[in-house]
Amino acid sequence: MSASTRTTATQLLDNERFWRTFVWTTLLVGAVVMILPFLWLLSSSLKTELGVFRYPPEWIPDPPQFSNYIDAWTTRPFGLYLRNTIVILLLNEIAVLVSASFCAYGFARIDFPGRNVWFAILLATVMLPGIVTMIPQFVIFSRIGWVNTILPLTVPFFFGGGAFNIFLLRQFFRTLPAELADAAYIDGASEITIYWRIMLPLAKPALATIAIFTFIGTWNDFMGPLLYLAKDPNKFTVALGLAMFRTAFAGRTRWDLLMAASTMMIIPVIFVFFVAQRYFIQGIAISGLKG
Amino acid sequence: MAVEAHRTRLPWPRTRRARRTLTGYFFISPFILGFFLFFVGPALVAAWLTMFDWNMIRPPFFIGLGNFKKMFADDLFYQSLKVTAYFSLVSVPVGLVLSFFLALLMNFKTRSIAVFRTIYYLPSIVPAVANAVLWSFVLNTEFGLLNALLDAIGLPKIAWLQEPDWAMPAIILMSLWALGATMVIYLAGLQGIPQSLYEAAEIDGAGRWASLINVTIPLMSPVIFFNLIIGIIGSFQIFTAGFLITGGGPQHATLFYVLYIYRNGLQYFDMGYASLLAWVLFFLIFAFTLLVFKYVGRYVYYEDVGS
Repeated sequence: MSASTRTTATQLLDNERFWRTFVWTTLLVGAVVMILPFLWLLSSSLKTELGVFRYPPEWIPDPPQFSNYIDAWTTRPFGLYLRNTIVILLLNEIAVLVSASFCAYGFARIDFPGRNVWFAILLATVMLPGIVTMIPQFVIFSRIGWVNTILPLTVPFFFGGGAFNIFLLRQFFRTLPAELADAAYIDGASEITIYWRIMLPLAKPALATIAIFTFIGTWNDFMGPLLYLAKDPNKFTVALGLAMFRTAFAGRTRWDLLMAASTMMIIPVIFVFFVAQRYFIQGIAISGLKG
Repeated sequence: MAVEAHRTRLPWPRTRRARRTLTGYFFISPFILGFFLFFVGPALVAAWLTMFDWNMIRPPFFIGLGNFKKMFADDLFYQSLKVTAYFSLVSVPVGLVLSFFLALLMNFKTRSIAVFRTIYYLPSIVPAVANAVLWSFVLNTEFGLLNALLDAIGLPKIAWLQEPDWAMPAIILMSLWALGATMVIYLAGLQGIPQSLYEAAEIDGAGRWASLINVTIPLMSPVIFFNLIIGIIGSFQIFTAGFLITGGGPQHATLFYVLYIYRNGLQYFDMGYASLLAWVLFFLIFAFTLLVFKYVGRYVYYEDVGS
């Protein structure tokens, strides 16, 4: 009998009550661990300059220093940083959505010699780390005078919009039935018309997914602004501004203000996540599984 | 006749096939251009620079294999390799196992799965800079969250960011906070496993453990493999934590490889040497990926090879 050969451990796993308790306790403990740093961030952001050094730490500051948020925002021109970031963001969104969908259409819907070779190259570049070209790109961009401009952070996105995004959209385009385009072909429509008029409107969910990933990627990007914008404080992005904010107070570390500034940087990302959760999950489902 | 007439009306290119080829390349041309302009081009420039001593101000000075010699004699090069290997070898396997385990539990049919998934996923989208700022405070010796917790359960405080032996565990801990990104990929995979397979296993007398070993893990092996590759490549590129939290210290204990490239390139402006280091990283990642494909890939079970 199989039952007799089972060890006690596996028997325990099959015990419904034990299993339920085990799952719930583990997930709950894990959830607390995951949330604690967030609570710590929020709590510290509402403390006084000296309140953060109280030990043992108090979780609910009394009174909460909401003025920290205003102080953090105004100590450095975060409004300007935000504007700079939004400019880069808008350019990248346009670049990625148009360029990646254009390339993806070619990979997904047109059968031509060499397509598979280029698709293999595309997949290889998804895997290849961008870090490797960091130094030579910097050399080239500084040669053509692009350092201290946002060009290195935006122009490359107009050329394909990122291999991963092309891949994701290609997977989506392939799921659309071929008959959709057939009627248009008979009417003599060109591929560009079909791409722009028929396929692109249908791809809205996938485009939304990419738009969100692009938002997160651009908003979170630190290496790019560090390489190309760090010399001119008027061109800082929010990420770069926050990094530089750490050392803004001669000799002192103003944890209260740093935590408030960090919270402000995290909020947009979390907001977008909650608004567009559906598209996140979709993106993960398309990308993760067919990789 | 009809075909002939039709053909003459068509402009160049004349055949349907040639037109399709042209259209195809037209559509993927942004990618091809970008590939040459921002990848192949820079990679070739870097390969050329490896043979020069160049600080971007003086003209490049040809030194042949000088940068190679320098690299093999450079203690910090070996240190940065060691540091990166340490980080990869611990954070990748631990992260993979832990996130798989959590995904398994979460896949258990509960209505709260969406809530848990959200909670576990959120840390992974926290911007790297905000994350670094937050964790420098969490890891603070006197007033940090982590030591407050250790203290609360009666353990001694640890100087996470000052002790060379503890700095790396601290960074690894921080990286594990973001394991939700891997977890949701597992979850998507788990939800794709047909329920009928589990029912069949149950009829055969398989308990939870047996169906995990015989159904879940084999079917999930492509996803595990995918996460392994992504995890390795990602871990080789860690930069922001070392740059912002520890500055590579204490005593170079967190001098990650990419941080060392950055220093040589953008702080010492030793472009030839930095280019060489970048190429070495490229080969290392390439070699590791190949090795993993060769030695781990064979254990991956593909249910449907045809698609």
